[in-house]
Amino acid sequence: MRTESLYALSSWREMAYLLMPRLVLILGLLLLPLVLSMYWQRVLCSAGIYALLALGFDFLAQYVGLVSLGGAFFIGAGGYISGALNAYLGWPPVLTIPIATITGALMSTLVLLPCLRLRGIYFAIVSFMFPLLAVYIIVALNVFRGTEGISALATFPNIWVDQYLILGAVIVSLFAMRRLVNEDIGLILRGIRDNDQAVRASGIDITSYRTKAVFIASLMGCFGGAYLSHLYGWLGISLFSMDFSILPIAAAVLGGMGTLVGPVLGAFILTPMSEALRGFGQLRVVLYCLILIGFIVYKPEGLMNYLQRKYHQFEHWEEV
Amino acid sequence: MSEEIILRVRNVRKAFGGLQAIHGVSFDLAKGEILGVIGPNGSGKTTLVNIVTGFVKPDSGEVFFKDKKISGLQAHKIADLGVTRTFQIMRPYHSLSAFKNLIVPLNSPRVRRTRGGRLGDRDAVAIDILEEIGFERDAYVPYKMASSLPLGYLKRLELARCIALRPEVIICDEIFSGLSMAEIATMIPVVEKLQMEGITIMMIEHRLRELFRLANRVIVMNFGEKLAEGTPEEVMGDHKVKEAYLGTEAA
Amino acid sequence: MDILIYGTVNSVTFVLIAVGFTLVYGVSRLPNFAHGALYVLVGFLTWSFVNDLGINYPLAIILSLILSASLGAVIYRLVLIRLRGMPTSEIIASFAVSLIILEGLRLQGIGGFKGFIGPFYVLPAFIEGKARISGVLVDYQRLIVIGGGLAVVALLWLFTHHTRIGLSLRAIAQDEQAAMMLGIDSDRAAVVALSIGSALAGLAAVIILPLGNVTAEAGYRVLIHALAVCIIGGLGSWAGAVLASFVLGFAMIVSTALFGAVWESVVLVGAIIIILILKPSGLLGKQKELEERV
Repeated sequence: MRTESLYALSSWREMAYLLMPRLVLILGLLLLPLVLSMYWQRVLCSAGIYALLALGFDFLAQYVGLVSLGGAFFIGAGGYISGALNAYLGWPPVLTIPIATITGALMSTLVLLPCLRLRGIYFAIVSFMFPLLAVYIIVALNVFRGTEGISALATFPNIWVDQYLILGAVIVSLFAMRRLVNEDIGLILRGIRDNDQAVRASGIDITSYRTKAVFIASLMGCFGGAYLSHLYGWLGISLFSMDFSILPIAAAVLGGMGTLVGPVLGAFILTPMSEALRGFGQLRVVLYCLILIGFIVYKPEGLMNYLQRKYHQFEHWEEV
Repeated sequence: MSEEIILRVRNVRKAFGGLQAIHGVSFDLAKGEILGVIGPNGSGKTTLVNIVTGFVKPDSGEVFFKDKKISGLQAHKIADLGVTRTFQIMRPYHSLSAFKNLIVPLNSPRVRRTRGGRLGDRDAVAIDILEEIGFERDAYVPYKMASSLPLGYLKRLELARCIALRPEVIICDEIFSGLSMAEIATMIPVVEKLQMEGITIMMIEHRLRELFRLANRVIVMNFGEKLAEGTPEEVMGDHKVKEAYLGTEAA
Repeated sequence: MDILIYGTVNSVTFVLIAVGFTLVYGVSRLPNFAHGALYVLVGFLTWSFVNDLGINYPLAIILSLILSASLGAVIYRLVLIRLRGMPTSEIIASFAVSLIILEGLRLQGIGGFKGFIGPFYVLPAFIEGKARISGVLVDYQRLIVIGGGLAVVALLWLFTHHTRIGLSLRAIAQDEQAAMMLGIDSDRAAVVALSIGSALAGLAAVIILPLGNVTAEAGYRVLIHALAVCIIGGLGSWAGAVLASFVLGFAMIVSTALFGAVWESVVLVGAIIIILILKPSGLLGKQKELEERV
């Protein structure tokens, strides 16, 4: 049984044991662009976006207790706002992306706000509906050029910016979230997930904490959307596609829910796989869902938890 | 123990569907006293606690805390004012370690207002509270995951969660249930110490002998009504109470 | 006058769609996201039976309904039963199943399976032709929708109030633990509920689809309508679902008449948001929200 005691970082060995996996992860991600061909570099960018969504999903599901079935809404919100700012006002990406990230997050949190007082099922249902409803409204009212979308948006100067921007965002988000869940606000959120009535009996307003959590998760998703619109220089209703809702969930289940790292890795595994299957149309989605169900029923701990267990066992081995 | 009334419950009624759970109950809680609430199962004790602490809204009637009406307020606002409770069904924050369970109340607006203090303080405060309540620091008990603790520790953790909030009133819902005599013996001094520090306590209990050691006054509930009220001796001598517990023949 | 008739048709459509979802949720607290998928599946199955296999229409309908009921039971037994008690996993799995079916129907070229793409699939109406009611020309099929809807609701009412199985479902819906103590097996009840719910989805499909054509995208729309009705009416409340269906049905028809068809979606979103803000447990919701769950 592991205790959460404070490690006495007295030996280099201990430090190496703790830091190694993280270094491998960071370096691995940062070095990838240098070894991949151009086609796969593009895939890497997509993977990064899915990784942000998966991270947000895992955070909301395992640390706050809210299942978000509508990651596509964040992508769409971020993408449309940044694209619109660029197309109608001519602002450059360096402005539109931050503004879209924050405004998109505010907007998403606002529309999800009414469900946060209610049981988790409402959040799941409403988050599922919003991306689809957004598409219906955009098409019906024919705003933002409806189904055609808007093209010829500003893009990034070169493919290196493309990749390192998103990889940087993923790494920063990942470490920020890991810090957050161990900070006081993270502990309260986990408390809310474990037993919300007890948290209320301690005088804390759970709705306001859930709101903050949804805002944080949507920041990541909206950044992904804003980034996406400038990656390809185009926005349209496909920003709200079901892919963005389901692949992060499959990535999280595959990678190991609750670990935050697992979903990110899951995204980097599933996205290339999905690319390889692009020729088969909707088979990709069917496949992610089958994988998802397979894992959730038979191996719910996911890859990361499995690997972590093995790694800790390995460590004990060495000492003996 | 002063005669100042800190909590007033007036004519509270609550029905769930067709079942009238509480039939118009009124009582006063004096500041600094320990009030016991006893009664057979199903007599409405936990519902009463839920109503006072705001987890359930009464159909009619009012609750006053220090002359301020709290019935109708949301649960977390009532806790923020200083009225907190334990839960009969134990659910600690199982994904957190024991002392981290206390970080939650230590971060509540109420504690921030009354204590202030830098962020780093909270861990130490949490461990201190746990140590006072019997979590042996040397055995690293406070650091264990809450889900791995046995019942005795969990009950104390529940109480610690209330203490961490620095409340004025703690309502305990059967904190002695499921504990051995030895474990209860270690908890009784804790409760006495809380009273000495000026905290008012209301205890729902089935373990009458232990409760009567602590309680200044006792209320007896039966079928959602207040059957009797008084000191432990008065109440146990009351023939209505004997009837409720033992049946008419023995009375 | 035609608003009255079309409003009623629209409302009854919602009732038909929502009733299966409400049943499953009420009995086993499972949000059956696959509801919309099953609706569409039955539509395509019936079409295939009639057009590819040459089976006659009524028989095809019966076969599809049986298949969809079985599929509902299979989904529960294979997937959901292992996830009971873990709401997060239940929701995710249900969602995934829905996507497998809906997106699977659009597959092309896997083992000779031609996906169902395009607006070419039409189910014939039960009775062709129109009738004149109070000066308004109405398709017979639309009248059948109204009649069918009423019949379904009536039959369900009889079932849940007068048959053993139906009564046991209601018992579980009201208080699962008490029902279990009386010997009602909650897993079996869930299988029954899911089968009936799936069959109801299919029934709704065969009654309503002849009014238009069958597309896979409709699956999402149907699910959204079912969810909207349940939220507005109150999750798990029958009367609420019916009431909400009529409120929503008429609201959408009226807005179409006044402002044009494009505003339908806006009305839908608006209604959901308004209810969530004003009365989150729904118009007739009995279930408590966050607050009173101790």
